[in-house]
Amino acid sequence: MARARKWDWTAILLMSPSFAIFLALLVLPIIVVLVLSFGERAEAGGYEAAFTLAQYANLPARWAAFRNTLSLAPTGTILCLLAAYPLAYFLAVKASPRSKLLLLILVIVPFWTSFLIRTYAWIFILGGKGIPALLDWVGIPDVRLINTPFAVLLGIVYAYLPLMVFPIFVSLEKLDKRLLEASEDLGASPWATFRQVTLPLSAPGVATGCMLVFILLMGEYLIPALLGGGKVFFIGNALVDLFLQSRNWPFGSAVAVSLVAIMLVTVTLYLRLTLNRRGFRDQSMV
Amino acid sequence: MRLYAFCIYIFLYTPLAIIALFSFSAGRSASDFHGFSLQWYETAANNRLVKEALMNSLLVAFTSSALATLFGTAAAIMLPRVKGVARILFDGLTYVAIMVPGIVIGISTLIALVTAFNVINPQILAFWPGDPATAPQLGLGFGSLICAHSLFAMALIIVIVRARLMGMDRSLIEASMDLYADPWGTFRQITFPQILPGILAGFLLSFTFSLDDYVIASFVAGSRVTLPIYVFASIRRGVTPEINAIGTAVLVVSLIMLIGSQFLLRRGQKPAT
Repeated sequence: MARARKWDWTAILLMSPSFAIFLALLVLPIIVVLVLSFGERAEAGGYEAAFTLAQYANLPARWAAFRNTLSLAPTGTILCLLAAYPLAYFLAVKASPRSKLLLLILVIVPFWTSFLIRTYAWIFILGGKGIPALLDWVGIPDVRLINTPFAVLLGIVYAYLPLMVFPIFVSLEKLDKRLLEASEDLGASPWATFRQVTLPLSAPGVATGCMLVFILLMGEYLIPALLGGGKVFFIGNALVDLFLQSRNWPFGSAVAVSLVAIMLVTVTLYLRLTLNRRGFRDQSMV
Repeated sequence: MRLYAFCIYIFLYTPLAIIALFSFSAGRSASDFHGFSLQWYETAANNRLVKEALMNSLLVAFTSSALATLFGTAAAIMLPRVKGVARILFDGLTYVAIMVPGIVIGISTLIALVTAFNVINPQILAFWPGDPATAPQLGLGFGSLICAHSLFAMALIIVIVRARLMGMDRSLIEASMDLYADPWGTFRQITFPQILPGILAGFLLSFTFSLDDYVIASFVAGSRVTLPIYVFASIRRGVTPEINAIGTAVLVVSLIMLIGSQFLLRRGQKPAT
């Protein structure tokens, strides 16, 4: 009995540095942000202790950033899904086993290479001397592509496509191919087979992929900053402005808290919705 | 279907190919190709700011991934021995660290550190024995960069190493115990070699993450310039062939590190027969 109660000193010793890092660099800072968001802005642009909801009442001042994020993040997620699903299907079902692994790696590689450089590449392509110059040459002058919602969405699909392909591929890969044959033998058309067999069985992968991409898009900063050029901006861009340029920390904190709150609520709702369907519970986290 | 997949691969790789192609252009402007030359690589390599930014980035990336690997691995190994509330709390913190957007991590670290500095710095000044002008003052810089990067990297490594531990064959450990190896011997000879590829892969991924991070760094770097900060600032000033050259070099390096980490992760997963 005495032995069971003894403290596991090895575990405590080895866990404490990481626990301390979590406390000092994650928990504490989040608490500070929460406290600040209820405070007031000092004259010089710092923080003055107070307890007020004024910062939250002021949120509509940044309405455009919230509107852009809440419309372009879901749109971007859906576009990613539409672009990724056929590719994941091809890789999992149609591609030959020999080339499958290589093709999958080729999808994932760009995701781990420099995000900044990949987004920069599109400035290059969409900017004045890229596609617009090409269009001008074939007789369609004055096309503006960069600094538009289109450019931002294109950047989003380009950046996050691999993240969407992977979970869908995994769930399609696990799918028993005999089910497809059975469906065909029973006289179902290819479309009916897809809609009634393939799609429902790949739903956990779709759910995971959408959630991952959506979460990352909510906090997106670089893509709108580089491809939206100050015209199409997200909450992330508003945060950078508030903290680094106008130095309004209490208001910035309130915006940050709202962003995390929106994320938590949507993700919880989303998980509720998807987990309640049968079979999802075991598979949805790939 | 095949055609569609082909188009997607074109879509994924054309932008990278274009950057790489134009980095070899001899022209002064970024968007006209004037014959092959390595001059922009030379310009970038001789740019003092680029060199300094690169050294800063490497220093931060190495230190933060080393710290994260050390502490993250220690935590992941001990995690199965922790039960109850402490375990739920720790797992929760790990996922929060991964899920919270980088921008929020950057902001919260910035505010927390500045708040802490505002408390600590006057104290240092008050107790400093010598001339107040020479008193050390805490500020943003390497320290805060390394801290902020270690946080995310550590959570990443905990997840990777734990996944490897769970994928390990339990019977090996039992066999080792049956053969009278003490726990340390079992760890050193059985567990550690098995999880080593996971640890190294985690290190490489953290390194790549830190080397590429702009968002967090922009908040906590203070006056230090890392490579992504330099590149971002240059892009804002306009597209130049020099960025193409730096970009291509970064792509190649991160590609090598990625292939290395994947190789390590895969190698250990195959049965040892």
